[in-house]
Amino acid sequence: MNPSVQALRHHFEEGGAIGRALESCGDTIVYVQASMLPRALEFLKVTPEQDYDYLVDVTAVEYRDAERPLELVYELFSLRRRAQLRVKVELDKSEDLVIDSIVPLWNAANWLEREVYDMFGVRFEGHPDLRRILMWETYSEGHPLRKDFPLRGRFSRSEQVRRALNMNPEAHYSMEELSIAQAYHELPADMRDRLARDERGKVPDPESS
Amino acid sequence: MATRRIEFNLATTGLDPQGRAARLPLGVADRGGVGILTGEDEPQLGGDHMLVNIGPQHPATHGVLRLVVELDGEVVVRVIPHIGYLHTGFEKLGEYRQYNQIVTLTDRMDYLAPMSNNVCLALAVEKLMGLDITERCKVLRVIACELSRIISHLVWMGTTAIDLGAFTPFLWCFQERERVYDLQEMWTGARLTTSLTRVGGLMADIPDGFESGLREFCKTFPNTLDEVDVMLTRNAIWCARLQGIGIMSAEEAINYSLSGPMLRASGVPYDVRKDRPYLDYESYDFEIPVGEHGDAYDRFLCRFEEMRQSVRILEQALDRLPDGPINVSDPRVSLPPKTAAMSDMEAMIFHFKQVMEGIETPVGEAYLPIEGPKGELGYYFVSDGTAKPVRFRVRPPAFINLASLAKMAEGHLLSDLIAINASIDIVMGEVDR
Repeated sequence: MNPSVQALRHHFEEGGAIGRALESCGDTIVYVQASMLPRALEFLKVTPEQDYDYLVDVTAVEYRDAERPLELVYELFSLRRRAQLRVKVELDKSEDLVIDSIVPLWNAANWLEREVYDMFGVRFEGHPDLRRILMWETYSEGHPLRKDFPLRGRFSRSEQVRRALNMNPEAHYSMEELSIAQAYHELPADMRDRLARDERGKVPDPESS
Repeated sequence: MATRRIEFNLATTGLDPQGRAARLPLGVADRGGVGILTGEDEPQLGGDHMLVNIGPQHPATHGVLRLVVELDGEVVVRVIPHIGYLHTGFEKLGEYRQYNQIVTLTDRMDYLAPMSNNVCLALAVEKLMGLDITERCKVLRVIACELSRIISHLVWMGTTAIDLGAFTPFLWCFQERERVYDLQEMWTGARLTTSLTRVGGLMADIPDGFESGLREFCKTFPNTLDEVDVMLTRNAIWCARLQGIGIMSAEEAINYSLSGPMLRASGVPYDVRKDRPYLDYESYDFEIPVGEHGDAYDRFLCRFEEMRQSVRILEQALDRLPDGPINVSDPRVSLPPKTAAMSDMEAMIFHFKQVMEGIETPVGEAYLPIEGPKGELGYYFVSDGTAKPVRFRVRPPAFINLASLAKMAEGHLLSDLIAINASIDIVMGEVDR
């Protein structure tokens, strides 16, 4: 077992912040309470004896067993010590899936957390730019890697085609991007109205149009 | 008639003592060449920022990458990348496939180096199962990994050269790549979608003529590298376009979790082959090239030298290639030979069970990284004891490297954005998965 687990337990003594630890295929896995995650990772990153300076991966796992909580996985590596540690957080699926972002610690977490948000619907508090990344921003079928998401998607093929054909042209640029170029004022008035009402990317109802 | 003088800068004032092109800091307006523009109306220069959309269908974005760029004149203020145009849902699909069926999905991720993806998948599943593969299989997989590193770097070098205006090296690189593709075709029957590995072994042993073909390649390929070396490495345009462009310091590179040549160009000597050895890489004699400036030029040098080192590894692998089986003898993992399955009852049952039910893995999880051509390529499997994974996750090096584009391109010229994007060596199949 990786000695970092003992160090974590020693440093965070109060109230079960560090949960169980186990080994799987030679890798050490340690469970951390969701509220303590940023502090635990900061401890692992900053303490000279730990020195886990390289964030390998951030991802999530949802088990087929619906009772089991959703797990967030933070794979750490120490470049100097060549040591590996996998930190996991369990999120109860019956509650809001929210956790603090670790972008302040590693910039690499920016896109990785966006991917987890996109695919699993976990919100990261304090993330500078939490948008969908692989799916388009107005995608409304849900979060594809969740187990209750069917392999072929939620909408029928005809519904998907209808939505694709009805996509609003302004959906290609975000509000932020439009404001950059001051192109906002050159848009047609009705488009600006809809943007101002935050209706970007909404599919117009075929009956009313 | 009013005359208006507009002063503009040259990109460089010449070479510094190290022979690297010196760059003027952006915003310096009182040096360099002077041009004169005449006209009655003064043009409206300065002022509004411009929004430029590049891609998703653009040759210089190396795939379906879309960049929304905020420009102040020609200087990039901000880059907002949009990805996902090639999203195929491989991770979702993998949860519905047996382990050996996932091999075909991995071909389509990093399609410029399919064999190293195949190898990584097989190694990850074998780690999950605690399986030891045969010696011959290990050496053959090393050959597969290094061949794919070479073809991936060749595509990178050729396309980067073409982005920066040099056409000839592109043809040389693709000519050499074609020879590797011929070898790949000889071995696996496919040029692009190789599906080389199976859990516990390979889909086929190397055919007659492969070994001599590979030796011939190892002997003549460095000549082409030398030609490209003469053409590019000391080329004034190549240096001016790459040196000092897209700099990442060592701390920044680690903070952004860059990997592969991107990380090593910044001076961090982390290579999975050396630091977390797999496939007995620790027993091969090769060097890890490390840069010191962290710019696009050092990335070029690192990749260039890596190809020479790959040739060294290939030669050593050929020298030590042992005889023996390529698949483990466990009948629950490897398919029995066809003749046995047709004549022997037990072999037929194993054959049937494996095809219909797949390979069952123990409960647990495994993350296995390899040094792919783009960087640390890792496969993460979570198993609940059935023949299909609960979670199939790829740690995509190109995705994580691409995330640093916005940081690197800030403050550079629009044309440098193309050079920076090229220096990352992305392949969208892997970024979007």
